[in-house]
Amino acid sequence: MAVSNRWRFTMTPTRYVLMVLGLVGVLLMVYRLVFGLGSSTNLNDEWPWGLWIGFDVLTGVALAGGGYSTALLVHIMGIKKFSPIARSAMLTSLIGYLLVMAGLFMDIGRWFNFWRPFVSWGYHSVLFEVFWCVSLYTMIQLLEFGEVATEKVQKRWHGFFKKIMPVLLIIGVLLPTLHQSSLGSLYVMEVGKLYPLWWSMLLPIFFLMSSFFVGPAMVTVETMLGARAHGHRPDLGVLQSLIKVSGYMMLVYLALKVGDLVYRGATGLVFTGNMEGNMFLLEMLIGVIIPIIICFTPKLRNSVGGLVTFGVLVVAGVIINRMNVVFTGMADFMGGAYFPSVIEWLVSIGLLAIGVLGYLFIVENFNVLPKHKHEHSHAPTPNVVVKGKKAVKYSA
Amino acid sequence: MSKGVLVDITRCVGCGSCEVACKMWNNLQYKQSVQDQGSGLDAENWTVVNRVETEKDNEPVWRFVKYQCLHCEEPACVSACFSKAIRKTKDGPVVYDVNLCVGCRYCMLVCPFNVPKYEWDKTFPQVRKCQMCADRVHAGESPACVGVCPAGALTYGERNNLLAMAKEKINGDSRYIKHVYGEKEAGGTSWLYISDIPFETLGFRTNITTTPLPHYTESILGLTPAVGLGWGALLTGMYVYNRRRNEINREEKKPGKK
Repeated sequence: MAVSNRWRFTMTPTRYVLMVLGLVGVLLMVYRLVFGLGSSTNLNDEWPWGLWIGFDVLTGVALAGGGYSTALLVHIMGIKKFSPIARSAMLTSLIGYLLVMAGLFMDIGRWFNFWRPFVSWGYHSVLFEVFWCVSLYTMIQLLEFGEVATEKVQKRWHGFFKKIMPVLLIIGVLLPTLHQSSLGSLYVMEVGKLYPLWWSMLLPIFFLMSSFFVGPAMVTVETMLGARAHGHRPDLGVLQSLIKVSGYMMLVYLALKVGDLVYRGATGLVFTGNMEGNMFLLEMLIGVIIPIIICFTPKLRNSVGGLVTFGVLVVAGVIINRMNVVFTGMADFMGGAYFPSVIEWLVSIGLLAIGVLGYLFIVENFNVLPKHKHEHSHAPTPNVVVKGKKAVKYSA
Repeated sequence: MSKGVLVDITRCVGCGSCEVACKMWNNLQYKQSVQDQGSGLDAENWTVVNRVETEKDNEPVWRFVKYQCLHCEEPACVSACFSKAIRKTKDGPVVYDVNLCVGCRYCMLVCPFNVPKYEWDKTFPQVRKCQMCADRVHAGESPACVGVCPAGALTYGERNNLLAMAKEKINGDSRYIKHVYGEKEAGGTSWLYISDIPFETLGFRTNITTTPLPHYTESILGLTPAVGLGWGALLTGMYVYNRRRNEINREEKKPGKK
């Protein structure tokens, strides 16, 4: 599949807004790096971890899980029908991880020391595993993107990238499996501090599973948004099969969750009507139970509305879950008060805006999305004649 | 052997000498407001004496509770630090090395006693907490606070000896609560407390697990190599199998296609 050599980036009103948000974010990030955490955030001794860790890192990594779950399904298990969404899912994941790295960098107090764990090995720390895996995985994903990038620039490297893809793909599924679960392990140490509805020795498994089943949901949301923006019809069949993968995983997740609560004798806490209990119910209802119903009711699953609802709910559910672990579940023990400062919000929003802009730019200039009949009329190179849904051939 | 300090809460008169000694030895800022109230640890207050008004035998009583890092036997902060900026010396103190610190604040999050504090007003903040005057201890002296206590509330020595002494005291005197705080909490701490008022009344966290906190994550981290290798092998196997299968499919399709 050849790619046009020209670079393009059409500016629309939305993109101007995103650019302003991104710019504000960058300026505030500079401010934060110069003046320190205390003057730019509402963090304090009671709440050492806030929005940037809770949302930008813990939630960001989970939502970026679409990359490894898709890579596993398409490239490793070889399920060909999912391949049209593979590149876009992996791109979103790459951008997600770059944003996570940026968020993490914002949050560390002595940022000039960020490289320390590479030489001073605190290997008994869960964070050590997270740090190594996340940095390595971001590298791997950049290399994986090399295969896409070299279709347009530095073409003589393309063969090389194609050759190393298998190794990259395998490592690229292995690493996230390890660190998605480690993010959960971070909170295993909060024994007796994190509210019993969330604290469990199974936290790593729960984090891993939810990062996996949120992948197809993210892909669904993203495909639907992309389809609307570019005016083509999304391939509903692919999405329907894809969310069934999520559905089955969520059934197991739900069973494990319930089993775990029963085993630890914490079921009584669910319906006490307190903040923690209600948030837990919300998380399970919105993020797991309703989506499962949608997923296994053919009439709902086969409708565009059903698919979108499924995607949005699962994503929201995972966000609520991570927020519950970081904030709701810790509030009782930590005491004090924390609400993110304006700067914290604007930096997080700015990072997201930059991510969206980056995604749009790459999608418009590289061969990422499957080409449809409603393809833009800008002339591709003459040797490409694509018709029909299986137009794009994926390598590796 | 590992050193420790035994705090006998019944003997503390709340004079605050230990706070002052701590500030002098460690060059900490003196802030009047905090000092008066004894309201909690922060970056410049590595030890505080909190006044607790409570009741004993239906009589109102005051108790003074010195609080600082308890220097766990197996500290959660040490195990949580991913750049080895916190370590436990063999003398007992849990010490911090700013040069290795990245500033992730995970130590603050995992401490079961909520001890490590942060310099929020600095561009490049440090984690701050009692170091148990590690240099003094290493030289065979007692921590600064112990040296100045005029009431005999603080006893410095080998942790084992202190524990034996504490048990002898609480068992030989009916006023004491029959519990040495720090003997088993979070797997045991270098600082030990005895008291005549229940510890939860005095603001201590009493529902702490007796398993050393690092054991929780070590049991999980220990699985990493096995999971990594096994899963890696499985992924490779699946990949190779599916590629071969696809190749065969393609071979079979070829004649029809051409």
